[in-house]
Amino acid sequence: MLPKAKLWLGLVVAALMTLSTNLQAAWELNMTQGVTQISRDTYDLHMQILWWCVAIGVVVFGVMLWSIINHRKSKGAVAASFHESTKVEILWTVIPFIILILMAIPATRVLTEAYDSSESDLDIQVTGYQWRWEYRYLREDANEEEVAFYSILSTPRDQINNDLPKEEHYLLEVDKPLVIPVNKKVRFLVTSNDVIHAWWMPAFAVKKDAIPGFINEAWTIVEEPGIYRGQCAELCGLDHGFMPIVVHAVPQDEYDAWYAGQQQAAAATRAAANNVVTLSAALEQGEEIYNRICIACHQANGTGLPPAFPALAGSAVANGDVEANIRLVINGVPGTAMAAYGRQLNTVELSAIITYIRNSFGNSTGDLVQPADVNTILQEAQ
Amino acid sequence: MSAAHDDHHHGPAKGLSRWLFTTNHKDIGTLYLWFSFAMFLLGGTFAMVIRAELFQPGLQLVDPNFFNQMTTMHGLVMVFGAVMPAFVGLANWLIPMMIGAPDMALPRMNNWSFWILPFAFAMLSSTLLMDAGAPNFGWTFYAPLSTTYAPETVTFFIFAVHLMGASSIMGSINIIATVLNMRAPGMTMMKMPLFVWTWLITAYLLLAVMPVLAGVVTMMLFDVHFGTSFFNAAGGGDPVLFQHVFWFFGHPEVYIMILPAFGIISAIIPTFARKRLFGYDSMVYASASIAFLSFIVWAHHMFTVGMPIAGELFFMYATMLIAVPTGVKVFNWTATMFRGSMSFETPMLFAIAFVVLFTMGGFTGLMLAITPADFQYHDTYFVVAHFHYVLVPGAVFSIMAAAYYWLPKWTGHMYDERLGKLHFWMSFIGVNVLFFPQHFLGLAGMPRRIPDYALQFADFNWISSIGGFMFGASQLILLVVVIKCIKGGKKATAQVWEGAQGLEWTLESPAPYHTFTTPPDPKLIHAQ
Ligand SMILES: [Cu+2]
Repeated sequence: MLPKAKLWLGLVVAALMTLSTNLQAAWELNMTQGVTQISRDTYDLHMQILWWCVAIGVVVFGVMLWSIINHRKSKGAVAASFHESTKVEILWTVIPFIILILMAIPATRVLTEAYDSSESDLDIQVTGYQWRWEYRYLREDANEEEVAFYSILSTPRDQINNDLPKEEHYLLEVDKPLVIPVNKKVRFLVTSNDVIHAWWMPAFAVKKDAIPGFINEAWTIVEEPGIYRGQCAELCGLDHGFMPIVVHAVPQDEYDAWYAGQQQAAAATRAAANNVVTLSAALEQGEEIYNRICIACHQANGTGLPPAFPALAGSAVANGDVEANIRLVINGVPGTAMAAYGRQLNTVELSAIITYIRNSFGNSTGDLVQPADVNTILQEAQ
Repeated sequence: MSAAHDDHHHGPAKGLSRWLFTTNHKDIGTLYLWFSFAMFLLGGTFAMVIRAELFQPGLQLVDPNFFNQMTTMHGLVMVFGAVMPAFVGLANWLIPMMIGAPDMALPRMNNWSFWILPFAFAMLSSTLLMDAGAPNFGWTFYAPLSTTYAPETVTFFIFAVHLMGASSIMGSINIIATVLNMRAPGMTMMKMPLFVWTWLITAYLLLAVMPVLAGVVTMMLFDVHFGTSFFNAAGGGDPVLFQHVFWFFGHPEVYIMILPAFGIISAIIPTFARKRLFGYDSMVYASASIAFLSFIVWAHHMFTVGMPIAGELFFMYATMLIAVPTGVKVFNWTATMFRGSMSFETPMLFAIAFVVLFTMGGFTGLMLAITPADFQYHDTYFVVAHFHYVLVPGAVFSIMAAAYYWLPKWTGHMYDERLGKLHFWMSFIGVNVLFFPQHFLGLAGMPRRIPDYALQFADFNWISSIGGFMFGASQLILLVVVIKCIKGGKKATAQVWEGAQGLEWTLESPAPYHTFTTPPDPKLIHAQ
C-alpha cells in the first residue's frame, strides 16, 4: 500500500473510532420507532427500503469501484468495444421494476392503515396560529364545560438569545401540553387560523398540514404513557422554529381527573370575567403574558421589528384611546401576524396585557383596564 | 468595399458593446456562464449565513426573519440564477458546435433572453435593502404566507419571477428551433450527442411549465393587489390549489435541472473511459420517459396536505416508477466504465462523483416516494439532504465537470490540472461533510427552515456547517482556475482529450468566433 493511502486509512479509522464512542451519547442517527403500531410499521418500511437501497448501492458502486481500480489506462487496460446489449438492458429494467413492486406492497398496506381514522374514542381539534397551537377537546354534550387552551413555547427568550444556559428540553417545551389517554384512538382534526402549519409528532408517525379553510384528519393510539415532543413542520413565518408540540400520554383515570380539573378551571375563569383587578396584579400578569405571546414580534423592550412588526414603545395605539386599543387587541389586524386575541385570551388576561403595554416601555398612560371594560367590547364584537 | 470586407471576416466588437449587443452564441454562452458563477457565489454567501447561524444552538448572528429571507433567497438564486443559466450557457456554447450549426437559430432573441436576467436578479436582490426585507416565505412560496401574510416586497419577487420565466421560455424556444432546424447534413436525431438530446427534452419541459409558474405568481399578484381570493380561504379560495399549481411547475423543474447534467456526464465518461457510451438508444428513451413521468408525480411533494388515499397511492406509484429509467442511466454509465481504459482528469473525477452522489440522492428520493415513510421525512433535514445531494454533487458537479471538460476548447489553454484536482477533492469532501449528516438530523426529527434547534441536533449541525464552509471556500479555487486558464497555460490541441468524440473536437482550440459557417463533412459525424 502507498504510504499516502496508509495515512488516509489511519485517519479514517481514527475518525470512525471517535465517532463511535460519541455514538453512544446523543448522536441520534435514525428514525424513531415510536410508540404506536403505525410508527413501528413506518419504521420497518423505512428500514426495509433503506436496505434495498444499500444492496443496490453495493452492487452498482462495487462494479464501478472494481472498474476504476482495474480498468485504468495507467495499468495498461485496453478498452473493450461493446456498447449495447439488449438482454442486459431488459434485465436491468425488469429487476428494478420487480423490486419496486416488492416495496409498494407493504407501503400500500401501511398507508391504508394510517388512513383509517374511523371510530375514534376522543376527538381533538388542533388549530395552528402564528406561532402557537390551540387544542380544543370536542364534547358530546354542548352543555358540558368546554376544555380548550393554547400551547406555547415555554423556553425563556434569554436562553434563545444565549444569555442563560440552555436546558434539556430547549425549544421542545410548552406552557400547557396536550394531554391524551393511552390505548385509546384519539383523532386529531387539524386546521389553521392563518398560514399553513404542520402538526408533527415523530413518536406517533403523525404529520398533517394545518391549512386554513380545511380540516384534515389524523389519528393515533399511543401505547406507552410518556411525554412526547415534536415541532411545527411547515414554514409559517417568523417564529416557525419556535412552535413546539408536547403531548402527555397518561392512563385513562389520570386523564379523566385532568379533564375534570380543566373543566372546573374553565368554569372558574368564566366566573372571573367581571372581577375587579388591581394595577399591580394586572401589570404582573400582563408582563407574564407579554413574555409568552407578544415578545416574538414586539420584542422585549417594545421596539418591535418595523415595518412588519410595529413598536409598542411610544406607539399611537398604546398611548391613545383605551377603547381603540382594546378593540385592536381583540380583533387583531387582518393579514398580519397580529391575531385576534379576543378569541385566544380571556377577559382577565386581555385586560392585564392591555394595562401592561399602556404602562411599560416608557408608555405611561396610568390606565388600569378592568376585565369588565374588555367584556363590554368583546360582547359587542360578537 | 473595405468596410464590407471587414464585415465579412468580423471578429468580436471591442469593449462593452461586444457583450451588450452580441448575437454570437459563444459570447452569449460566456455571459450566461459568468452570470451563473456570480449568482452561485451570491447564493453561496446566503448559504454561508445560514450555516453560520446553525453552527450552534441559539440565535447568534441573525434574527429569525432575516434567516427566513436567507433560506428563500438562497433557494431562488441557486435554482433560477445559478443552475439554470449555467445549463443555458453550456447549451449556447455547445449545441451549435455539436450539431455543426453556425449559431443559434434566433440570435437576437438569444441576446434578449440573457440580458433580461441581470435585471431580474437585480430586482430580486434589491429587496434585501428595502425596509420590508427580502421575500421570507421559502423558495416554494406557499400561499397564504406568500400572499396575505407576505412582506410588501413580494411584488418585486413576482415581477422578477416573470422576467426569469420569459428568459427561460425564449431560451428554450431558441434551443428547440436550433436543434430541429440547424443540424448539419448527416446529423440525424439518433446521432446527436446526448447533451443535445437532453437539452431538447429539457427545452420542451421548460416550455410546458414556465407558463404555469407565471400563472401561479400572477394569481398571487391578483390576491395581493386586486382583491381576488385564489389562495385565501377566508374569501372562498384554496391554499392547496397553490401547491398543486406550483408543483406542477416545480416537479418538472427538478428534471430541468438534472436532464442536461445527464447529457454532460454521458459525454465525459466515454471520453475518459476511452469507450463508446453504453446503451445510447436507451439513454434517449430513458430521458424521454423521465420527462414524461415528471408531469404526473407533482403531488409527492404534498403527501401531508390531506389528499384522498387514491391520490396518495397514485402519486406514490408514479414516483417510484421514475427509479426505473433513472436506474437505466446509472447502469449505462457504469457499464461504460466497465472494461474501459480509464484515466482520471478533473472532469472525469467530477463525473464519477456525480454518478455516485446523484445515485445516493436518487436512493433517498425513492425512500421519500414511499408515502407512509414520507410522513416522517417530509419537511425535515432528510429532504434537505436529499435534494442537495441531487442538486449540488448532482447538477452543480456536472456543471463543473463540463467547465473543466470544455474549458480548453473555449480558451485554447489547458487548465491547471493540479488546482483542478485540489478543487475537486475539497469540493467532494466538503459536500459530503456538509450534507451527509443532514440525513441523520432529519431522521432524528429536525424540521427544515428553522433558525434554531433543540440540543440533540447540535453535533451534526456543527459538522455540517464545517463542511459548508469548506465547500464554500473551495469554490474560489474554481475561480482561480478559470481566470488562469483564460490568461494562459499550455496550448490545447483541437482534440484536447484523447478519447473525445464529436464535432466540437474537430474545431481548433480555442474555437474560432464563427464556426461551421459551412456544414462539416458528413464523414465526421459518427454515432455516439
Ligand atoms: Cu407553524
